[in-house]
Amino acid sequence: MTTTIKLSRRTLLRGAGAAGLTLGAGPITGFPNVIAAEPVTLRYLGTAVNQSGDIARKVKEDLGITIEYIPVVTDEVTKRVVTQPNSFDLLDTEYFSLRKLIPSGNIQGMDARRIKQADNITPVFTRGEVGSKKIGDQGTAPKKVFYLEGQNAKTFAGSATEWITLIPTTYNADTLGIRPDLIKRPVTSWRELLNPEFKGKASILNIPSIGIMDAAMVIEASGDYTYPDKGNMTKAEIDRTIKVLIEAKRAGQFRAFWQDFNESVNLMASGETVIQSMWSPAVTKVRSQGVACTYQPLKEGYRAWASGFGLPKTLTGRKLDAAYDFINWFLSGWAGAYLNRQGYYSAVLETAKAQMEPYEWAYWMEGKPAERDIKGPDGSVLEKAGATRDGGSFEARMGGVACWNAVMDENTYMVRKWNEFIAA
Amino acid sequence: MTEAALPALADAPIAPAAASLAAKTRRRRALAYVQAAPMALVFGFFFLVPLLLTLMVSFWEYNEYEIIPAFTLQNYVDVFEGCLDTGNACTTLRTYLSTLKFCALTWVFTLLIGFTVAYFVAFHVRSRNVQMVLFLVCTIPFWTSNVIRMISWIPLLGRNGLVNDTLMGLGLIARPIEGLLYSDFAVVLAFVHLNTVFMIVPIFNSMARIDRALIEAAYDAGATGWQTLWNVVIPLAKPGIAIGSIFVITLVMGDFVTVGVMGGQQIASVGKIIQVQMSALQLPAAAANAAVLLGAVMLMIVAMTRLIDLRKEL
Repeated sequence: MTTTIKLSRRTLLRGAGAAGLTLGAGPITGFPNVIAAEPVTLRYLGTAVNQSGDIARKVKEDLGITIEYIPVVTDEVTKRVVTQPNSFDLLDTEYFSLRKLIPSGNIQGMDARRIKQADNITPVFTRGEVGSKKIGDQGTAPKKVFYLEGQNAKTFAGSATEWITLIPTTYNADTLGIRPDLIKRPVTSWRELLNPEFKGKASILNIPSIGIMDAAMVIEASGDYTYPDKGNMTKAEIDRTIKVLIEAKRAGQFRAFWQDFNESVNLMASGETVIQSMWSPAVTKVRSQGVACTYQPLKEGYRAWASGFGLPKTLTGRKLDAAYDFINWFLSGWAGAYLNRQGYYSAVLETAKAQMEPYEWAYWMEGKPAERDIKGPDGSVLEKAGATRDGGSFEARMGGVACWNAVMDENTYMVRKWNEFIAA
Repeated sequence: MTEAALPALADAPIAPAAASLAAKTRRRRALAYVQAAPMALVFGFFFLVPLLLTLMVSFWEYNEYEIIPAFTLQNYVDVFEGCLDTGNACTTLRTYLSTLKFCALTWVFTLLIGFTVAYFVAFHVRSRNVQMVLFLVCTIPFWTSNVIRMISWIPLLGRNGLVNDTLMGLGLIARPIEGLLYSDFAVVLAFVHLNTVFMIVPIFNSMARIDRALIEAAYDAGATGWQTLWNVVIPLAKPGIAIGSIFVITLVMGDFVTVGVMGGQQIASVGKIIQVQMSALQLPAAAANAAVLLGAVMLMIVAMTRLIDLRKEL
């Protein structure tokens, strides 16, 4: 059914394009129009991580659209959407913040019929599956917030509709980073983060909503308590989690907490910490400094996150068309391959695969040993031939997701308790 | 000089002139108001209005994505949650105690260092030009940003940092001293480093205005160096000390970056609590915390001005 729609739309576009060519000029709604018209600038609000100059250059070449990045931190993105919804044309944010953004009424549902690859978006998002296997959905799993009841609805739909909240840009599965050269033994469980063996050499990230999830992974791994949903704790569960953290802190377990990417890199590279919550590109950066660092897969699984494009409600006319064009371009392969080469995952795997060398695809996505040196998007060598990716293939990594970054119902209480932990 | 002259003038006129004088006084007063108006407007617009808005919002309700005009004391209740439980200090009390501790330590060290430096430059350096050069030298480190000056301590103090490496190389210690970085010590060190200049400048300014004849008089009267310092220099440098203290204390009270970076984010500060709440969009809660912080800082300043009457001294 959906395939027919897509095919017919493609045929229609092709027809329209041909018609446009034969007739010379003439108003055609749809993306070919934008290329011909005077250039459009899209103000792209998001975190710096996803805002690459290469992507902006390439899209300027391909579509003539100018991308103007507004780089801020994740929390600031949410704040901007809620308080200044007119200050951007395109939004790139994490799925968990949708629980704040959608009720604010400042985001419009995206019309799935205008997204050419809508049906090819990986089922990680649409159904919470990878390789037809269900993956962990604790926390704000994207499938819970992927569809809206209607374009301007303030509630999420339980099943697939034609209104999509965010079109995925990047996503990944996070775990602990370790210094294998200093630990000198295998690490297999989240429990190790609070192991007294690493007293004064551990770190956790000081972003309450993410830090508490890592803490919950540790507590579950130690067998103390099993949460019905780590991403949506009750007050009692929050108290219990914070209590464990406070005890560990008072016992001197933590060397420091980190809040941004570079802090985590410095802590690990300088040997201040040997085990800590970490993000994938930070591990790559430590390694690129010649310091051994492993993004250690753990038996309890990963804490996953995902971000995607959204449209502000106020966006209309040519800018709206340009935004759809940009998103369609983003899903068409080049950008996906670019992101995959950085260790992230892209929304539509098939189109990205077409833009990657087979040996690259085998290393990044299939978890196979690298046939040749693996290079980053900038051409620098990331891994020597023979290396394999930490955690293995896409299916092994995303399939091993235990929970997703989340905004809890008791978020206010949690933030207060987190402050208590920092003050303890 | 002028202060002494004005009362004399005011005493001079006699009764019949009183009526015209009143008119003159009124006009002069009106003029004074006009002269003060630009500053008052700027102050009102950029300080009083935002402050009142903050106070207003601190009584509002909020949820994940909006703040709701209402009147509730809940935000203040949350600030002081658990503070009646005497066995275990609440978050707010703990945080303020920790901040006050940093205030006190930073104040003592910046005062000692600042006073000594200012004293040296003001009294031991004879030439005016050399004085000015040395004074400018004191400010050179402040040409770079706060954050950079702070971060530059990290490679020095870290577990594998210069200090630990040197001490171990000399065989003075067997294992690295962990407490150098991400500790109270590191925070105080950075605060003293960052804020001493705010003590030096006003104290130097006060000292430069001390009449040298007074020092000579003290010497002639047989005072020892310490007696002169204690009974002549310090009393006359009091306004500088008070102004410097106000600078240092308000800067430390409101700081969260230094405590965050040097304390490895493990040490709480009021500013950090407010920042975390702001980033979670809990603006009314942050406003309530800000109001409490403002009250605390104002109390401290009132206490200080009780000790030294700044207006009189200036």
